Amino acid sequence: MAAPASDKLILPRYRRDPEGTQPPLGSPGYGSTRLRHPKQPLVLLPQKLTEVTGPLLGPGRLGEHDNDLTVQHDGEPQGQRIIVHGRLLDGDGRPIPDSLIEIWQANAGGRYRHVNDNWPSPIDPNFTGVGRTTTDSEGRYEFTTIKPGAYPWGNHDNAWRPAHIHFSVFGQAFPQRLVTQMYFPDDPLFFQDPIFNSVPDEKARQRMVSRYDHSRTTAQWALGFEWDIVVRGREQSVFEDEEDDQ
Amino acid sequence: MTTPSQTVGPFLSIGLPWEDGPTVVPEGTPDAVWIRGTVYDGNGDVVPDALIETWQADPDGRFDHPDDPRGRVPGFRGFGRCPTGKDGTYNVLTQVPGVVQGQAPHIDVSVFARGLLDRVVTRIYFADKADANAADEVLRTVPEDRRHTLIASKTGDGYRFDVRLQGEGETVFFDV
Repeated sequence: MAAPASDKLILPRYRRDPEGTQPPLGSPGYGSTRLRHPKQPLVLLPQKLTEVTGPLLGPGRLGEHDNDLTVQHDGEPQGQRIIVHGRLLDGDGRPIPDSLIEIWQANAGGRYRHVNDNWPSPIDPNFTGVGRTTTDSEGRYEFTTIKPGAYPWGNHDNAWRPAHIHFSVFGQAFPQRLVTQMYFPDDPLFFQDPIFNSVPDEKARQRMVSRYDHSRTTAQWALGFEWDIVVRGREQSVFEDEEDDQ
Repeated sequence: MTTPSQTVGPFLSIGLPWEDGPTVVPEGTPDAVWIRGTVYDGNGDVVPDALIETWQADPDGRFDHPDDPRGRVPGFRGFGRCPTGKDGTYNVLTQVPGVVQGQAPHIDVSVFARGLLDRVVTRIYFADKADANAADEVLRTVPEDRRHTLIASKTGDGYRFDVRLQGEGETVFFDV
């Protein structure tokens, strides 16, 4: 049935990720998934206007020291000062400019500033562990922070989380929304971590690991790490029913 | 080459909540409604460490976004974010969206939590739009006996939309 010509929209469409490159929701090694992952099959949602748009959040959400987690208090935090930088890209390598990036992390001893984290490693009064920034016109971001420590948890016997920084990005459309964790190279704790290893594909797992970047290590100051964040890319645009061509 | 998703973990509440997160529109906005609900796990216990995010069109069915081919309509944030409390509840103040591409009014929802390695995505529809819901092409692809999990019920100050991550009455989640 032909819709009237005035009833066509041209919409972008976002590619789905290849099998094995994202973690399955049910992942028995990670105990907390047991009662929280859906057991019914997901229903395919066609990408309509609500799905090919998304919140474009930028500078209005930032405070003065949000991209430097080492200067948010009167004193300096304990630990190894680091610079974490990289680009926010889509799956075709296109930079995503002016886009909000949020991070949160444990302190140098592996303790989060959260009421429910009470393992015996001290809170650092000079470290909150929360940062925000926006990408520049070329999709670049940069944070100055402290290298987070590893910490124990109750998932399995003698379980420890590898050091990581939580990252939250939006991209430019609903399918590009991504919350993930950035890891550090050569962490000896990877082998026993069910969250890191929940991603079946080895190459995909490695995309969560930052690279030591000596070119951004600052003499007498901080170690550099580089990590690009890649959100889903676009397919060819498709014609959709309703309203005007543009 | 997408970066894999990882769980938000148990401590997302230090990093993700915003003071104005739950208010998609400012309090006092005409026709604003509170969407309130509770997130439950597979035991029927409340989930006190989840985050709900919402994304929607404005009351005219338009978006403040350059990929809306009908033209960008500035000013409507369209985005809400609320962590669940100790009792597993969240609330978002918004306006009911308009019709988008002939679909019944709907809000896209992402749920993040410890134990979810990736967000899960669902949609809120509105109980008092029964005719539009009956004709909605997405709802019609959902098994009939599960459609009710996507429909928010009317309350005194808006709507109620609970999320059941698993088990009896499990909410319909989408692959987007």
